[in-house]
Amino acid sequence: MAQVKEGWGSRIGLILAMAGNAVGLGNFLRFPVQAVQNGGGAFIIPYFVSFLLMGIPLVWIEWSMGRYGGIRGNHSTPFIFNSMSKKRIWKYVGVFGIFTNIGIISYYTYIESWTLSYTLKSIFQSFAGLSSDQVSATFDTYAGIHTQVAGNQLIINAPFWAIVAFVVTLAINIYILSKGLSGGTEKVAKIAMPLLILFGIFLAIRGITLGATGMAGCATCNSHLGLDFLWKPNFDSLANPKVWLAAAGQIFFTLSVGMGTIHCYAAYVSKNDDIALNAMSAGWMNEFVEIVLGASVVIPIAVGYMGLDWVKENAGFMMAFKTMPYLFNQWGPILATLSGVAWFGLLFFAGITSSLAMGTPFMGFVEDEFGWGRVKSALVLGLIILVLALPTILFFQYGVFDEYDYWTGTVSLVIFATAEIILFSWIFGVDKGWKEINRGADIKVPHFYKFVMKWITPVFILVIFFTAMVKPLQGEMGDWQLAIHQLFTKGSWPWANDSIIAQVFHLNEKVTWFKDGLPTGMFFKDMSRLLLLSTFLGLSYMVHLATKKRKLTSKSLQS
Amino acid sequence: MSTSALILMVSVQGTVIVLTAYFLIKVLRTPPKTDSNAEEDEPDLL
Repeated sequence: MAQVKEGWGSRIGLILAMAGNAVGLGNFLRFPVQAVQNGGGAFIIPYFVSFLLMGIPLVWIEWSMGRYGGIRGNHSTPFIFNSMSKKRIWKYVGVFGIFTNIGIISYYTYIESWTLSYTLKSIFQSFAGLSSDQVSATFDTYAGIHTQVAGNQLIINAPFWAIVAFVVTLAINIYILSKGLSGGTEKVAKIAMPLLILFGIFLAIRGITLGATGMAGCATCNSHLGLDFLWKPNFDSLANPKVWLAAAGQIFFTLSVGMGTIHCYAAYVSKNDDIALNAMSAGWMNEFVEIVLGASVVIPIAVGYMGLDWVKENAGFMMAFKTMPYLFNQWGPILATLSGVAWFGLLFFAGITSSLAMGTPFMGFVEDEFGWGRVKSALVLGLIILVLALPTILFFQYGVFDEYDYWTGTVSLVIFATAEIILFSWIFGVDKGWKEINRGADIKVPHFYKFVMKWITPVFILVIFFTAMVKPLQGEMGDWQLAIHQLFTKGSWPWANDSIIAQVFHLNEKVTWFKDGLPTGMFFKDMSRLLLLSTFLGLSYMVHLATKKRKLTSKSLQS
Repeated sequence: MSTSALILMVSVQGTVIVLTAYFLIKVLRTPPKTDSNAEEDEPDLL
């Protein structure tokens, strides 16, 4: 284990970097869409319950695990876990904390590159005068990688500028990572987070004050109707397990728990420095960006110009690129340019602060265990990302992107979070863990949370894991009742397509790799899984090598 | 915008703004600790 002298330059820098890790594209795009699809205002109740009973405990646990490992010279989750339990299995469970980040960063950097390109397009007023359809078509042309069949050959048409923007974005990330924590990531967070919040406040004020826009033939074109739709309580939805699962899932995504990034950032905190208040400050900053800013931009502005019915049907991630520039056009050329720069700029800042966090676990691992320098570690990471990202770009239409997102951005998070809560609360022990959280604390952590960490959070996460495994049909209350009835009467289970069991065994799909001599979507899906599995196994082998290296070093020191 | 939506929005967003500001101000007002990590690192035993 090499002695790595990385560290944070200041407390506020650490908090901004940690908040930047949590604040991502999902704060502005995923949260409002989830709220719209899950009962509007009533979604906020299960969301807050999940935040208080699962999010906050996990954040404290991850900060304390990171610091505990860090003061023992471990800055990556395999060896942070190993410092809490000497059983060999935990090192390999900890591999998820590197694997998840490498998997997510591979497609996340591509989305980040869209935001960079669209910021430049906004500066050069490329959307001026375009209709809604033309703005949407601009994106299809920009990222429109498509394949065509000529004879029995598959030809890939890759748009040059989208790939150039991706490589540039990746290079920016790698350059910043090579500068280290205080010299790179922290400096970026100190600039990006305040600007992100400033841009967000500007757009949120526009969203809240827009009101009725008087669009011809559109009676529901009023931003206040959008806010009403988002915040009007619909208490019936509280009895729906689908809404609770969606809310808990959003907490996972928004706080970046179950990934290993919080552990790695916290691993560079000093032994007696506070983590309890830092975690609260970063966590609530993320909630401010999500609930106050995120909820006040996309949906209200879109309803203001496209109408409520259109938003109900089309609310989704791609609105950011396919719709927002058209909406900004309605404000005249100067305000459209300013709003475009603010919108895509804030998405870029949200993206880059998260992707830098995702790069840190691999960097910490190879620097600690193999003694690599920052530049070498960053370059190797860049190469791995490039190799993993190209299939998501070139075979986007075959669902490779979605496959990465499902396994690394969803399933891995739940597996890792389940493992870490068991390790912390039951194997390491909640009494020792509680002392860790409170050591050097600048706030008094409510004692009630000790009970929550031991009993409620583990049960909460296990229920999420179990329901994600066996989810029936759409996961509504009626679907569960129907499924249980079917289980007892027919002995079968109506698997949802996105349940983990159905995905692993291709239960609702026909497994055909080639049709008419050409690869099918299933082929690309399975190849992406193979690539991800190979990545996980490769990282596990590196952990095995690192363990052997540590043992040799330990023996030579003893002799 | 209906009254129930307005009440929920203002109360939730207000609570989040107050708590965010409270924790951030507390961080900024707390004096830094003087002890160093370097001397206190606990080496990992494999």
